[in-house]
Amino acid sequence: MITKQGSDPLIQKPSFNKNPQPEKIRLRKTSASTWMINGVFISLILITLYTLTHLNTENVKMADAFRGLMMTLDQMFIHPNAGSDGFMVLLEALGVSVLLAILTTIIGAVVGFFLAVLASRNLTNAYFGAGIRSAMAMIRAIPTILWALIFSIAVGLGPTAAILGLSFHSVAYLTKAYSESIEEIDPATIDALKVTGAKFWTIVFQAIWPTIIPSLVSWTFIRLEINFANAVAVGAAAGAGGIGYQLFVTSGLSFDFHEVGYIVYMVIAVTIVLEFIAVRLRQHYLAK
Amino acid sequence: MLEVKHLAKSYQKDKPALTDINFKIDPGNFVAIIGPSGAGKTTILRSLNQLIKDDAGEILLDGEDIRSANKSELRKLRRQIGMIFQNYNLVERLTVLENVLHGRLGYKSTLAGVMGRYTEDEKREALDLLDKVGLSEFALQRCSELSGGQKQRVGIARALIQHPKVILCDEPIASLDLASSQVVMKMLKDLIQELNIICIANLHQIDLAKEHADQIIGIRHGKMVFNDVADKLDQAAITELYGTAVEEKEPA
Amino acid sequence: MNGSKLTAAKYLGHKRLVQSGVLLLVGLIYVVGCYLLKFDTIQGALSIPKAFSWLAINFMPTHESMSYLPQILNKLFETVLMAIASVVVAAVIAIFFAILGSKVTGINKFMQILVRGIASFFRNIPLVAWAMILLFSFKQSNFTGFLALLLMTIGFLIRAFMEIIEDEAGEAMLALKATGASYFQVIFQAVIPQIIPSLISWILYMIENNVRDATLVGILTGTGIGFIFDLYYKSFRFDAAGITVLSIIVVVIILETLSNQIRKVIL
Repeated sequence: MITKQGSDPLIQKPSFNKNPQPEKIRLRKTSASTWMINGVFISLILITLYTLTHLNTENVKMADAFRGLMMTLDQMFIHPNAGSDGFMVLLEALGVSVLLAILTTIIGAVVGFFLAVLASRNLTNAYFGAGIRSAMAMIRAIPTILWALIFSIAVGLGPTAAILGLSFHSVAYLTKAYSESIEEIDPATIDALKVTGAKFWTIVFQAIWPTIIPSLVSWTFIRLEINFANAVAVGAAAGAGGIGYQLFVTSGLSFDFHEVGYIVYMVIAVTIVLEFIAVRLRQHYLAK
Repeated sequence: MLEVKHLAKSYQKDKPALTDINFKIDPGNFVAIIGPSGAGKTTILRSLNQLIKDDAGEILLDGEDIRSANKSELRKLRRQIGMIFQNYNLVERLTVLENVLHGRLGYKSTLAGVMGRYTEDEKREALDLLDKVGLSEFALQRCSELSGGQKQRVGIARALIQHPKVILCDEPIASLDLASSQVVMKMLKDLIQELNIICIANLHQIDLAKEHADQIIGIRHGKMVFNDVADKLDQAAITELYGTAVEEKEPA
Repeated sequence: MNGSKLTAAKYLGHKRLVQSGVLLLVGLIYVVGCYLLKFDTIQGALSIPKAFSWLAINFMPTHESMSYLPQILNKLFETVLMAIASVVVAAVIAIFFAILGSKVTGINKFMQILVRGIASFFRNIPLVAWAMILLFSFKQSNFTGFLALLLMTIGFLIRAFMEIIEDEAGEAMLALKATGASYFQVIFQAVIPQIIPSLISWILYMIENNVRDATLVGILTGTGIGFIFDLYYKSFRFDAAGITVLSIIVVVIILETLSNQIRKVIL
């Protein structure tokens, strides 16, 4: 269909003379947005190329390593078994992790809601809100695992350290999510109650709470999924118990990859159930 | 000439969406398809360019059957059929000019299309068309910056640059205010007469259909219950079509 | 009139009852959970100020601990680079799969289900498991950390990209298909230009996220900033651990601010 266009100016010139048009017609203006997009892509690609070519592989023989990985994956996913711990022990550990996730999500939701109300731009005075928001940004910047490690020296290793560590990040995350939902509320809704002379917390529970319930529930369940993943991680890296600790012991100390596979399947089962609940709840609230 | 014979489609077994649709349209005609929502208007329209695969029948465009076309034949047939959508369906982040030129993609080699390379002639034609729909000063603006009525006019220009024999309009004015609706409808009507092409539009405004269309097809529960010149659509026909009496609004 | 008022009151009462029920249930779960995990809420809450005052004393960097800074920044730099590289490679792979598997651009039903399955599988395997399995084969190296982050990120980005394509590109795609454009023309002229801002937004978000996750992976696989924190922490050099945490805060907040600025410009 298309012949000799664009690529070779020498061939294209004659057709120009018949229909004189001094300049090529441009299809777009260069905008800040285009510059930024190109800039971001080019820098990311350059950084990646640099990183990959300078990656320290400690002289690992890649072919052997990948073959080994395949064997491990085969043991894990094709031939899983409950190993030396047995199903009941693993189930109990899984239960601990699930409970950790639920408790820290509840703490995060309750504390997060009150902080969110105090931090939202449309409800409180600017300085106070900004203070809470930047404190939360600091807390979020520290990885959950570090919170757990810090608390485990401060209050001693155990569930208390794990719960406090996981809660900190939950609170900070949910405060941000909730306050963004609150800030999206139509100001008229709030004003309507303000003119009736309603008190601050009356407005919160009569106007704000009912309006944001759907996004509240949806964010809380997203956080529950994250907290479960974090509970597993904290169990492994901070020795805080639960299925994560079992995972760490079997894969790092006893190298029983059949059992690792079994544990991974158990964890996946829980995450799929959580995802399913989250999707159903969202549909339920969207339908209303 | 566009001819549809015995067109049928069902999405679920034993629940026909369309049964035995037959009509014939000559060039230069503006046809409105009306009927209650869910009657099958969109299914008919999208069968015509095979965005929806129907189950049975014949769709002949100047004697060529669209339904039996293979992949590359279908591409060639589709470029003769322009389409305009309720939500404009533009690539919002690209410029007005680029969106108009998208109408040329069916004529280009895959590579040239992928790279977005167009000939100067194509670009000039696109600018001419933008002039025609009154948007020449917006050529290098992003579509996201336009109003609804302007976006729909970009959609019209995109359809026209295909050099179509038929233009399909899927609820072209359902998202527009009254003034923009009138502009778009009038523009479509003038253009199809000038270019002597067929235009088929799904509409839910009966008054606008009667005002602008030459021929009206009425669909109810997937069956054709009316097919005649616009003047013949009287209150009785409307009642039969919608089940209840619909008040006929005065054209604005 | 009266009847509808009555049902409205009933409805409101019912709604309040359901809400109170849910709150009660949540409270009950909390109490039982605390009992099972032997967590005392009040004790826990009281220990927070104690923990912070302990932190303020022990984690407070001294003048000498500044000597750790070059080493920390070096490892942090390494970690950020790794996070970026893992996200970029994952994004390239994910966009390919997302196009194959999304409901609007997917080639067929089978492929859609397959891609969804792969994404869900990669996403839901705990990062800990990836890190430990890879550590076994690839030993203590940056490559191990890179692979662990990569595999998990792929799962996340495939899902995110598929949702973006389905939400944002469906309509424009249909229009181009109707003009007779071929599959690849539609992908490059409609889908890609339409989704680019959301695509970048997700890539930036994943980079922030991976800097944090790299800490966890680092502790497990002995690489990057996680390794060095673990080292200071286990050898009771808390002042150095304190600077490490501070540097992480600074870097993550810089990345977050930068991302937000970029998002503002490209939208």
